[in-house]
Parts: sequence; C-alpha cells; structure tokens
Amino acid sequence: MALQVTRFSAWNVIKNGFIGQKGWTRQWRDPKPRSKYDIVIIGGGLHGLATAYYLAKTFNLKNIAVLEKGWIGSGNAGRNTTIVRSNYMLKGNREFYEYSLKLWENLSHELNYNVMFSQRSHISLYHTPNALDAATRRYNIMRQTGSDAEIWSHNEIKKKIPHLNYANDARFPIHGALVQKRAGTARHDAVAWGYARAADTLGVDIIQQCEVTAIKRSSQKISSLETSRGNIRADKVAFAVAGNTSRLWQMAGLGNLPIESHKLQAFVTEPIKPLLDHVVVFGVAGAHFYISQSDKGGMVFGGDIDWYKSYAQKGNLPIVQDVAECALSLMPCLGRVKLLRHWSGVVDMSMDGSFFMCKSPLDNLYLNAGWNYGGFKASPASGWYFADLIANDRPNLVIQNHDLNRFKRGYHIDERGAGSDPKLHG
Amino acid sequence: MIQINCPFCGKRDHNEFSYGGDGQIDYPSLDAVADIWHDAVFLRENVYGRQIETWQHLYGCRSWLLVERDTRTHEIFSVKLAHTDWQKLMEKNK
Repeated sequence: MALQVTRFSAWNVIKNGFIGQKGWTRQWRDPKPRSKYDIVIIGGGLHGLATAYYLAKTFNLKNIAVLEKGWIGSGNAGRNTTIVRSNYMLKGNREFYEYSLKLWENLSHELNYNVMFSQRSHISLYHTPNALDAATRRYNIMRQTGSDAEIWSHNEIKKKIPHLNYANDARFPIHGALVQKRAGTARHDAVAWGYARAADTLGVDIIQQCEVTAIKRSSQKISSLETSRGNIRADKVAFAVAGNTSRLWQMAGLGNLPIESHKLQAFVTEPIKPLLDHVVVFGVAGAHFYISQSDKGGMVFGGDIDWYKSYAQKGNLPIVQDVAECALSLMPCLGRVKLLRHWSGVVDMSMDGSFFMCKSPLDNLYLNAGWNYGGFKASPASGWYFADLIANDRPNLVIQNHDLNRFKRGYHIDERGAGSDPKLHG
Repeated sequence: MIQINCPFCGKRDHNEFSYGGDGQIDYPSLDAVADIWHDAVFLRENVYGRQIETWQHLYGCRSWLLVERDTRTHEIFSVKLAHTDWQKLMEKNK
C-alpha cells in the first residue's frame, strides 16, 4: 500500500501557511519486511534508493524492497563533501558521469523534492603551464563529448575569487584553472530523502534497521537472505553497499574482490558570511584539497583518504593536519575560522579508481560497488544504469566495461594513471 | 593517532610511517598462469578485523614492518621486522 504524500508546490506551501502546517503527510512509510520480493536491494544509501526509484519509475517494476542496516542516508550519503561534476575523460566514465550531471540538472523536478542542486562552477587550479596543458587535454575531450569546460587565466580567477592566495611567493603560485560551470554542489540528505520519498510513493518498501546477517544460496542462485528482521526471499538481489562490499561478497561465498575498504574524511567549519560561491580544488605535489561553502555558511572541505585500510568510521589526525595546511596555503583568510565537525566514511577503493556495475557469478545477483572517493556525484546515473542492468539482465553499453573481469582483460579504467593500488586513487 | 612500536626506534606516531598493504599475500611462482597472478595482484581479502599488513618507518629507521592491526578499531597487536632474518636476530639479542 503506497502512501498518499502531499506534493510540494507553491499552492501547498501557501495553503499550509494558513492551516498551521497541518496538511503535510508522512514522507515515507516504515513497513514490516514481507517474506518475499521480486527485487531486494541491499543498502539504503543514495545508490540503493536511486536504483529502487528508477526500477519502479522508469522500468515499471513492482514488489521491490531496499534493506538498510541503519537508517537511510546514515552511511556515505551523509559523509561526503556534496560535490557534483562530470570532468571524467575515459570512455565509459565520460558518458556515465555526463549522464549523471544531466540527471542532477532536473533532479529536484523529477523527485518533487528540492535537492538544492547549485551549479556554482567547479574550479581546478593549476600551478605550472605544463600542468595546465596536460589538464587541458581532459577538458578538450569533455567539450568534444557534449560537456562544458573553460580555461581561466590567473587574472580571470583573481577577478572571480579574490581571496585565494595570489602572492608571488606562495609555495605554489596559481597559474590558471580549468572550470566546469555546470558542476556544483547539492544537499546530500535531501537527495536521500527525495529518492526515498519518490520510491516509497511508487510502492517500494524501504526497510530500515535491517541488517543482512547471512546469505543462503544454491550453486547458481541466492535463495534467501537472513536479516536482523527475519528471512527474506528474492528473485533478484542487488548489492549497493559501498564500504562493506567485500564483506557481503564473502558472505555470499564468492571470494575476494578487487576492492579495499579505506576511509575518507571531510570537514565543516562554523557558519560564516558568504565567502566562496564556487567549488575550488587545489591539488599539487601530493597535496589535495577541495572546498566549497554550504548554504548555511559552513566551509565544507576535504582531502585525501587516510591511506591505510579501515572499516572504522573515524578519521585520524595526520589528514586533519594535511587538510588544514592546504586550507591555509590556499585561503589564508580561513586562519581563524573554527572547525565545527569532521567525519569519516568507509569507501570501496578499487584497483583502478573506477567503479563496478555488473552481473555476478550468480544468476540473480547484481553488483554496484567500488565508488572510491566519488560516489555522491554518481548517484543518479548509478541508480539509473543499475536499474537498467537489473531490469534487463544485461549491462548497458555505457557500463559494459565496468565489470569485475576488466583486469584480466587488461582494461583498466584509471583516470589518474596511478596504477593498481587502491590507496593511490584517493 | 595510531602509534606503532617500531622494534628499532620505539613507539612513534603513525605519520612517521608509510602504509604498504597486505602483508600475507602468497605470490605465485614466476611461471604460474596469468589467472593465478591476476588473483594475487588484483584481488583482496579486505579483512574485517585483525590482519597482518606492511608499514615502512619512512621517517625513522626505514625498516619495513609487519604490523598486526584490527581494521575495525585500529588497535595494534604486534609489530615485527618484515625481514625474517633480522627479526630472528632482534629476538635473539633481546
């Protein structure tokens, strides 16, 4: 039984202003798990919820459940820096992330939920003419494949963002920047809530506090899932549990994956007056730093992964120091801003820095994993292509090489050219 | 902050060390078939719990170490020199 939710509209906002906000309904149900579903998606993060939504909406499928061990959006959905961009270059990634950005552009309308997508420009700084030339190749490829990209000179950046460190004696003087203007940020919780509400309205059961504890299977199929809320059978099972993919994969008796779990930290300061209305990325000589300002005023930023394997959702101090050093060398004006919170999420780091979206050795199991440090921006396209894979039982041409066997074929999708070591792709 | 008790230098913060990776991979023989090498190079057990891993004391004695650590809590249980002969010598001279 789907819930009748009140749609968000100017009329409903005005009407509820007169009736003491009493006309709003519950946003999604809290159903008890049934014993059998056609499709069970494990993982109630952005990718799992988006997959459920597109399965129900675009592919008209019914009898779908999303299982979440905590509450929806309690994992990496709430532990990122909310940056959305599509400046990927390699075949497969290029089309995938471009499609994701297109879905982002209409997402608030699609879901009838304001995800606060703000196309405020993504600005990658470069510090030598050679580095700018090398990166220009990437941005030329973007322009030739239907995306937008610009090169900004030192003077142009200075005009647009006056308070970066432009001193000539800066350790890394700013030479120029590559800019994607359609990129930006979104409100991460709203994306989880928007997809959950839209999926629930279409009849998807979102089952929270439901952890998968064992997987029962025959030689070729998963027959049922043992969970903390009882046994659930499913015709098709989909994994979307980045961070814990290896654990589920081994629980299903499928051995090892080309994935390591690492943790990535992010930070937010106390709210300050408007200072920065772009996403700025600083990455040179081993330093890595990205920053934007949230609508509430907090400066949101992050850096590299912590470098060692971990399932602990807690960060460590050397990265705090690295990131603070980057912040001050790029924006000395932040020197007296207080750090409000910092958090850490567990991410699937893959062998080539690219994701996996593919069928599995089992007939009724599908895999969505390996998002490295960049799963947030991918959420809409990840949901769409994963739904397409599950519904049609074959990978779309765009993601056909994002399979687990690509290393056997020598088909690495390595945007950075960093090599086969997961910690190098952070 | 994780602290690693280096057999030569004593207890130091982990930012003196560089992380290597899994310390218990059995690499196949050089003439093994490509599939076996694929598994050794590209697949990971990705242990949830205690595992042996390599760290190098980069800003210290530069030794490679085998560290037993819990990936859930970061607790460290043992630290040894990765070079087995050196480790034996250390234990003998203790």
